[in-house]
Amino acid sequence: MGVFVDKATTAIVQGITGTQGSFHTRLMLDYGTQIVAGTTPGKSGTSVHGVLVYDTVEEAVKAHAANASIIFVPALFAADAAFEAFDAGLKTITIITEHIPIRDAVQVMHRARQQGAVVVGPNTPGILTVGECKLGIMPAHVFKRGVVGLASRSGTLTYEIATGLSFSGLGQSTCIGLGGDPIVGLSFVDVLKAFEKDEQTEAVALIGEIGGNFEELAAEFIATEGYSKPVAAFVAGRTAPPGRRMGHAGAIIMGKSGTAASKIEAFKKAGVKVAQKPSDVARLLAEKLGK
Amino acid sequence: MKLFEYEAKQIFVRYNIPTPRGFLATTAARARDSAAQINAPVALKSQILVAGRAKAGGILFANSPSEAEQTAAKLLGKEIKGVKVQSLWIEEKIAVKRELYFSITVDRANRCYVAIASSAGGVEIEEVAATAPEKIVKTLIDPVYGFRLYHGRNIAKKLGYVGNQMNDLASIFLKHYTLAMDYDAELAEMNPLVETSDGKFVAVDTRIIIDDNALYRHPEFKSRLLEEAGMTQQELEALKSGLAYVKLEGDVGIIGNGAGLVMATLDAIQLYGGAPANFLDVGGGASADMMAAALDIVLSDPKVKVVFINILGGITRCDEVANGILEAKKRVGFTKPMVIRLVGTNEEEGRRILTEAGIHVLDSMEEAAKKTVEISKSGGA
Repeated sequence: MGVFVDKATTAIVQGITGTQGSFHTRLMLDYGTQIVAGTTPGKSGTSVHGVLVYDTVEEAVKAHAANASIIFVPALFAADAAFEAFDAGLKTITIITEHIPIRDAVQVMHRARQQGAVVVGPNTPGILTVGECKLGIMPAHVFKRGVVGLASRSGTLTYEIATGLSFSGLGQSTCIGLGGDPIVGLSFVDVLKAFEKDEQTEAVALIGEIGGNFEELAAEFIATEGYSKPVAAFVAGRTAPPGRRMGHAGAIIMGKSGTAASKIEAFKKAGVKVAQKPSDVARLLAEKLGK
Repeated sequence: MKLFEYEAKQIFVRYNIPTPRGFLATTAARARDSAAQINAPVALKSQILVAGRAKAGGILFANSPSEAEQTAAKLLGKEIKGVKVQSLWIEEKIAVKRELYFSITVDRANRCYVAIASSAGGVEIEEVAATAPEKIVKTLIDPVYGFRLYHGRNIAKKLGYVGNQMNDLASIFLKHYTLAMDYDAELAEMNPLVETSDGKFVAVDTRIIIDDNALYRHPEFKSRLLEEAGMTQQELEALKSGLAYVKLEGDVGIIGNGAGLVMATLDAIQLYGGAPANFLDVGGGASADMMAAALDIVLSDPKVKVVFINILGGITRCDEVANGILEAKKRVGFTKPMVIRLVGTNEEEGRRILTEAGIHVLDSMEEAAKKTVEISKSGGA
């Protein structure tokens, strides 16, 4: 169970021979993720932690049945890697890479829509369905199999809140890092829809931050669609000044739009419990679930 | 990266979009010469990258070369919103019939670019969106087919123009879109785009913000990054060290790993009644070098009374962070009290290293935030 990735996910690692790609391939394999092949142009015939390396995604997919990909290649080549994965028919693409230009990201997301593919990221810690599949770089030990679907725009804050959920006994079904860039593949609305259909997920935690309007759109969706599962939210950046990027390329208040206040108000109006501090998320959901 | 108005104007000129005739001046004498060359009433516009420069007195007018010289002398060297004016853009003052707005920017929710036009130009577009949303025309742009001439005509029509004026505007909008894409602009804006008293269109103020992640495609601006106006010394240092730092007004210095966690740390400090002095994300890894650089930057702010280090070890190992803090202590010397919260991978080892060095470590972010605020209230003793 869980959403987007599970036991049936078979993935290739694009950029597998790089420092990051190789290091995290080992950790993903340790987690039990089915990594069936890797690619690095020019390195075909070698292997990384027992995983065979190919020059192209086309060759890798021909030799090994795969349905997903995780991309570690540098920003300059990351969009190209994503297009290559779409063309090979892969349907779940996680882009760990940071610093992809907006113009390239816009094209990647357009192609993903055409192909019916899901893009996690870019600039994401990845996605993990607890106990089944990890396509990402998050520390596995903070997660515990359970009932909360978690979607977040940041990395360490996700680990902070996931730790709280694990400690409280609620645990998680799937944890998704949407990514810290202005243009990312999944929105909170997309993940809410997916979690709605997932039997394992009993409640949803949304971890937002300043910039953009994914939180406002999620609140509107919850209010108008009559969402069936309890939702709690945390929004980082109440103290952020306008016009400054707070670490993430996408965490910026433009003029008066994208403020934490606007997002918190939208959530409250939609009946979503808003946590004042990260540790409140687990408490609010436990109350709602009567656990 | 924000371009100066004069840089943006030069780009608009290259794309054959009408702009007022103008010159850059760094001295009052040069301003006088520019006004003489223009031979008409001029606007003297401070070249600074802060918003709201007109309201803050950064744009003045002159009717003669000698008046231009006097006015320039007043503006040059003046501080506007904390930024010193070092150059002026001197341009012909345009007779305004109507002010329009046009921009190409990023629509994050729809994951595409969007053209935004309005018949209410000359003011902030958000103001228009809030007070008169019916005056805004939004056109989502297909990432493959792009913005076409007919999109321009449709927009011009909706702004109330027909005939030659409609065609003129459509052509300006298309050129504007082309330059926005060519320069990887996350925002390219004409505000106002003026309809002159003789029915022509002129881009009187222009703004371009280039996507930082695409700067490698625009090497002519890359060297500018480090001397970008409006940055403090600490912000420049942080940029050079690869740290994300934003200066704020309070007295609690903050260092953490991960943008979201650091933002949440700032919020927690405020929640307990404190005032954050900065945002500083050391990112993944947090090596001794990074920690030392981070502490250096935070402690160089004289307002800081106490420093809160909030590290959540994931892939980052707490023992490495602990060693980083000790190494940084040796190099920088702790001059202010510190509160350290350190949890996650190898936290026992990290805690042991710091405790043995006489540094107290907490494991709850909220407890640590409370304690930090207490120290800041008691004057940092």
